[in-house]
Amino acid sequence: MTEKLLQVNSVSRSFGDLQAVKDLTMQVRGGEIFGLMGPDGAGKTTLMRIICGALLPDTGEVLVNGISMNKSPDQARSEIGYLSQRFSMYEDLTVLENLRFFAEVRGLAADVWRPRTLEILDFVGLGEFTGRLAGRLSGGMKQKLGLAASLVHRPRLLLLDEPTGGVDPVTRQDFWQLLIRLVREEHVGVLVSTPYMDEAVRCTYVGMMAAGSLVLEGPPSELRNALEGQILQLRGAPLLAWRRAAANLPDVLDIQVSGTYLHLRVAPGRARAVTRALKQLARERGLSLETLAPTDPLLEDVFNAAIVDHVSTEGLYQINGVQHD
Amino acid sequence: MIETVVRTDQLTKRFGEFTAVDAVSFAIKSGEIVGYLGPNGSGKTTTIRMLLGLLLPTSGEAEVLGYNIRTDPEPIRRKSGYMSQRFALYDDLTVWENLQFYAGVYAVTDEAHLKATLDRVGMRKQAREMAKDLPVGWRQRLALAAAIVHQPQLLFLDEPTSGVDPLARRVFWDLIYELVDEGITALVTTHFMDEAEYCQRVGIMRRGQLLAMDTPERLKRDVLDGQAWDVSAKPALRAISVLEQVPGVHRVGLSGDHLRVIAAKVVRKSVLVQVLRSAGLDGIAVSPTSPGLEDVFLSLSLD
Repeated sequence: MTEKLLQVNSVSRSFGDLQAVKDLTMQVRGGEIFGLMGPDGAGKTTLMRIICGALLPDTGEVLVNGISMNKSPDQARSEIGYLSQRFSMYEDLTVLENLRFFAEVRGLAADVWRPRTLEILDFVGLGEFTGRLAGRLSGGMKQKLGLAASLVHRPRLLLLDEPTGGVDPVTRQDFWQLLIRLVREEHVGVLVSTPYMDEAVRCTYVGMMAAGSLVLEGPPSELRNALEGQILQLRGAPLLAWRRAAANLPDVLDIQVSGTYLHLRVAPGRARAVTRALKQLARERGLSLETLAPTDPLLEDVFNAAIVDHVSTEGLYQINGVQHD
Repeated sequence: MIETVVRTDQLTKRFGEFTAVDAVSFAIKSGEIVGYLGPNGSGKTTTIRMLLGLLLPTSGEAEVLGYNIRTDPEPIRRKSGYMSQRFALYDDLTVWENLQFYAGVYAVTDEAHLKATLDRVGMRKQAREMAKDLPVGWRQRLALAAAIVHQPQLLFLDEPTSGVDPLARRVFWDLIYELVDEGITALVTTHFMDEAEYCQRVGIMRRGQLLAMDTPERLKRDVLDGQAWDVSAKPALRAISVLEQVPGVHRVGLSGDHLRVIAAKVVRKSVLVQVLRSAGLDGIAVSPTSPGLEDVFLSLSLD
């Protein structure tokens, strides 16, 4: 049940002076959907390229289903299915012809690819559309075709690069339900690289990357629970006066203005002290305070808490009087 | 502050047989931040282009800043700022030259004002850098500077945070709130459900139709008309099929390491626990949770 389908062992990679990936170790197990998150420039893309064998690490090793990418790249790659948002298909070929193309590129014989292809198309719900030109599929169907193409050679590890960015939530829901069934039924492992919270919240396990390292990892609910008691929601007016006032409290680490309320992250164990200080500010400055109460931490709070501590932001995150460092 | 800045009445745009925007009616008041939420291709950009007078509607009417979009588009464009999805910057020009270019389009030449605009977005130090060397988060802020350099009253932001990470997004939204504090009105399109939560009111678009527009809280309360639950139970796939059969359960989906259930208010926690237990599932935990705009969107789409 817990076979390691991907092992990244102490991998480093530099480009000149820039150390894009630093001594990074991680695993993806069968049945797991691992969300790799991080801001632009954190090293996600470099890591994904190393994992799929498109780039060699300076040091360290990648094993896919136990096979070394360094020593046996072709065999290791045959265990990987890859799907990106920019999946390209031949619009003037039919659904089946597209899959045949991808199968043949993977070196599958006709007696292997044909039954597998039909099985996969049924699985993703395209079984009735084998003869349709790919160019005439809807966005959601194209995405399913992309998924089917990445699965045709029965990979054990699926690499997904921002798979549902910009997609209709209904389509996205369908896609993730498919993915989850796939993970459960075929027991593959999935690695999803994304900067988007929408996608990250659907993973069974997330890793946050910053400046080339994995700075935090765990199941999303565990990571959120770790911030329990550190998130406050404030309703009051004027909201921006509240933001300025709260930014001056040293125990307030992060502030998000959100429509009609502020979402505050405070230092561990300081929620009560901050609450008292804010109530006092309300009296002193004549700000109106409607409600002020702890609220559930979001994965976005986890992300911000993890990343802010690890990146040199050089002013990017310190403007308008709110210092985020 | 109650002045209406945008008003549309049955605004419609067809391209051949395809209806990109379908009889959309809404109003935006001065000083509001209104989100326009929908997937790619749902009609958000087409709506903005019509409001800017760049595209004529097939039918319906709209007034922006008191001007009719059909007959009087010129003052609308002069008094509005538009930041497009693709941050149309000149890569081979510096930050300063890009800003100068956009200022020139609006006949703004005052250097002190240009400097103040760069300060406004926190980019004075980057003035001499080439636009192509900027990280995405900075490009986004330069694009915002270009959109506000002529001091517009109304700002259209079309998918402004596509491709930027949550931290850069945070900084960007701080800037938007500052601008609104100074009196600007903003219409922001996005396909991110979580980003829409930052807006004071949110319109939900799907296939050209505006399905609802209200504050995020009221949308969740009125549209959803039910309770959201976080449910843990193993095996999860069994749990889904068990829960889906419970009367009053609207939707069950996997969300990360747990299930998310939307059910009518009459469905109590004890019912959910009991159903899971009698199906012989392990590790059962059920707790109420706050719904998100994605739940609202899915509910509206399923009707």
